[in-house]
Amino acid sequence: MTTTEPDISKNPLDKILTPSQSPQLQTAIVTVAASLLGVLIALGISAFILAVAGKNPVDALTTIVETAGNTDKLVEMLDRATPLIFSATAVAIGFKMNLFNIGVEGQYLFAALISAQAGSSVNLPAPIHVLFILIVAVCAGAAWASIAAALKAYKNIHEVISTIMLNFIGLAVIQWLFDSFFREEIEGNLNVKTKLLPNSGRMPTIIEGRLSTVFFLALLVIVGYYVLVYRSRFGFRLRASGENPDAARTVGISARTMVMLSMIISGGVAGLVAMKSLLSEAYAYGPNATPIQLGFAGITVALLGRNHPVGILLAAMLFGFLDSASATLQLAGVPSSIVRVMQAIIVLCVVILNEAAIRRLNVRTAEQAQAQLAPEVNA
Amino acid sequence: MANASGDIAVELTDIEKRFPGVLANYNVNLTVRRGTIHSIVGENGAGKSTLMKVLYGMLQPEEGSVVVDGAEVAFRTPADAISAGIGMVHQHFKLADNLTVLENIILGSEPSRGGGRIDFAAARSSITEIMQQIGTELDLDELVSELGVGERQRVEIIKVLYRGGNILILDEPTAVLVPDEVDELFATLQRLVDDGATVIFISHKLDEVLSVSDDITVMRQGTTVAHTQPADIDRPGLAELMVGSELPSPAGRNTTVGDTVRLAFHDITVDGPEGRPTVQNATLEVKEREILGIAGVEGNGQFELCAALLGLTASAGTVEIDGVDVSTASTADRYNAGLAYIPFDRHREGLMLTAPLWQNTLLGRDHEPELRKGPLVNAPAAVAASEEIIERFGVLTPNAHTPAFALSGGNQQKLLVGRAMVTEPSVLIAAHPTRGIDVGAQAAVWDEIRMARDAGMAVLLVSADLEELIGLSDRIAVLFEGEITAQLDPDTITAAELGGYMTGVRQKAAS
Repeated sequence: MTTTEPDISKNPLDKILTPSQSPQLQTAIVTVAASLLGVLIALGISAFILAVAGKNPVDALTTIVETAGNTDKLVEMLDRATPLIFSATAVAIGFKMNLFNIGVEGQYLFAALISAQAGSSVNLPAPIHVLFILIVAVCAGAAWASIAAALKAYKNIHEVISTIMLNFIGLAVIQWLFDSFFREEIEGNLNVKTKLLPNSGRMPTIIEGRLSTVFFLALLVIVGYYVLVYRSRFGFRLRASGENPDAARTVGISARTMVMLSMIISGGVAGLVAMKSLLSEAYAYGPNATPIQLGFAGITVALLGRNHPVGILLAAMLFGFLDSASATLQLAGVPSSIVRVMQAIIVLCVVILNEAAIRRLNVRTAEQAQAQLAPEVNA
Repeated sequence: MANASGDIAVELTDIEKRFPGVLANYNVNLTVRRGTIHSIVGENGAGKSTLMKVLYGMLQPEEGSVVVDGAEVAFRTPADAISAGIGMVHQHFKLADNLTVLENIILGSEPSRGGGRIDFAAARSSITEIMQQIGTELDLDELVSELGVGERQRVEIIKVLYRGGNILILDEPTAVLVPDEVDELFATLQRLVDDGATVIFISHKLDEVLSVSDDITVMRQGTTVAHTQPADIDRPGLAELMVGSELPSPAGRNTTVGDTVRLAFHDITVDGPEGRPTVQNATLEVKEREILGIAGVEGNGQFELCAALLGLTASAGTVEIDGVDVSTASTADRYNAGLAYIPFDRHREGLMLTAPLWQNTLLGRDHEPELRKGPLVNAPAAVAASEEIIERFGVLTPNAHTPAFALSGGNQQKLLVGRAMVTEPSVLIAAHPTRGIDVGAQAAVWDEIRMARDAGMAVLLVSADLEELIGLSDRIAVLFEGEITAQLDPDTITAAELGGYMTGVRQKAAS
């Protein structure tokens, strides 16, 4: 066995083109390439749909490109991406161990109501007040998710079913709590809300009031997600349990503990989804003031971002960008719903292309590994 | 085609089938006379399934010829085999629960009435005819989910006949049946051969084989070793043929078994799905520098026993490792007490296939101080630790960053053996440590186990490979239907003895 290892450290290109030397890097490059191609194909399909619908696709695409050059719109993109980052991260934590947390929707709305009420009923100095609200939100989201976690861990009830049910139950509970205890009656105002947060409980906006500082909290959560899932021992066990639950169990990783913890952490992150609205926009919870559907959007963003922190960030920004472009599109005579269609097509194209590309790459990695070893095997 | 009963239905000559690193079938010769029940017996891993997959077109042999009804054939898919009149009843039925009996039978070959409509009336009448022929009666409109196991099996048989099959392969058909259903099945098979059909019957239940067969072929270690008929042989003789009259000889050793008991378990009982325990009152002790082999036909409680010892399944009884009672301890705590495990199935229980090797060797070891940085994984140290295993256990791989799926089975196995042994456990449970790997890798794994044994480790070795069992073990215990029926000395063991206990011919001595 006297094979000389080729020196691959000098030429980075060689490193990229030899999968078995750095399969992780190769996977990253393939993922990025497949995703970009997916977005381009999706734009093509969207243009075709517009043309069929009798709209001018060139106008629509021009409008989108112009939006991309508009600083105001880019700031709005980050602002709109903020809640999506939270909800996609929450979903991704579950995905990493093959748990499908559909309940982010219920978890964040529950957390929004509880933290709004708690935040408006105390008086604390500014930074501590905000921290208090955030902690209450995380705990409330985690608490709501822990119901589904316990059902899964102890009664083996599938989390998809329990979280969907808990979304409905959650909405009913929220409505009951709000109507019976937390709503503040203001004569002649139909837009009912909880009591407004005092100034000490608010987070400022920057860049002419267009970008909430909660965006930076979202960046922090993304970094935390990366460290927790990709660098920590807990994350290693989480990914192992997701990749091969039997192998993880066989080496002594308790499936029950992992289900409980991952679901509760997922719910905790979900608790932050409505914080931009609560701390920087509406300063209260209200059926018309608090945005809905962000939990479901998070599933899509997590899928598009391949559950990777950088992917989630980029996917959330892409969705935020398309959302911010939809108003402009409407002005240009293109129905804003085309944005939803585009988002769906993008997710489909990117997911399909990625799966195909990774499968192909795996075959090549195996072939190359065998080829490298072939002289030794035959000897 | 009016054939006399002396005609040959299937003739396989010098079949050879290789998988990477494994010779699954070689020099296989089989002649099946038309209108007979022909049994193929052999231990698990003797090559019966591979051979049947070759005959059914699921695998293509490298060498040899397959002749069906006098014509040489080369099946590429099961569809080719079906059109040549060969049908297979799998051990695990392939039926759609939510369809009726009728729909299941015609699924994939529905009679057409034109315009894409199914001619249910035609299907019904031809199936009724088949049922009369084999003397059975099923409600064709019942859902398959409502049927018992025996009835489902009859649906499978009718499925084959409906497609015009006249050569039936039944893979361990009685494994899932209760005695009454077995009798019914045999009556059905007898009617079939009386009508000129041919049945190939795979089993390792010797009583059934002797009572139902016209001819018997014995397979061992990938080849056919004997052809006989029930009149010419008895149960012990057949058991001996299965195991081989010349057992491998135990390898000598320079060290001796110690006195300290390292692994002790008493009265381990594991409840099975149907009330019958899968392991019953298993009691054994393994001392330092000792390898205790567990022999037995697969499915007699080996997996459940290991799972119970590892704390992966609920069980009654006590387990002690190095004198410490771990009966109620978690799996992780049992590992910490000195246990290590080489799993039965490296893909299902052992590896994260798409993860790099260094993460695979880290699995179960991430709590070790050298491999962690507080709550974080110490990746460089884990890679170095993995490279150490790769080096010491001779895993052939480009590097530690290669994903596990890119390795051959033998190298995956060496990696798992390395992961279990590198922690220097006091007790090793090794389940089929060399299954499906080539001879070179096998010898390397055996050497590692011997070295660790000489260093003081106690080993519980579960294996279906007699060369491995006898070559490594200091003692052999036989597990039959969940009970330990014998403890034998590999130096004096005979094939008739071992085969007899493994197949239940010999029963536990009343003690």
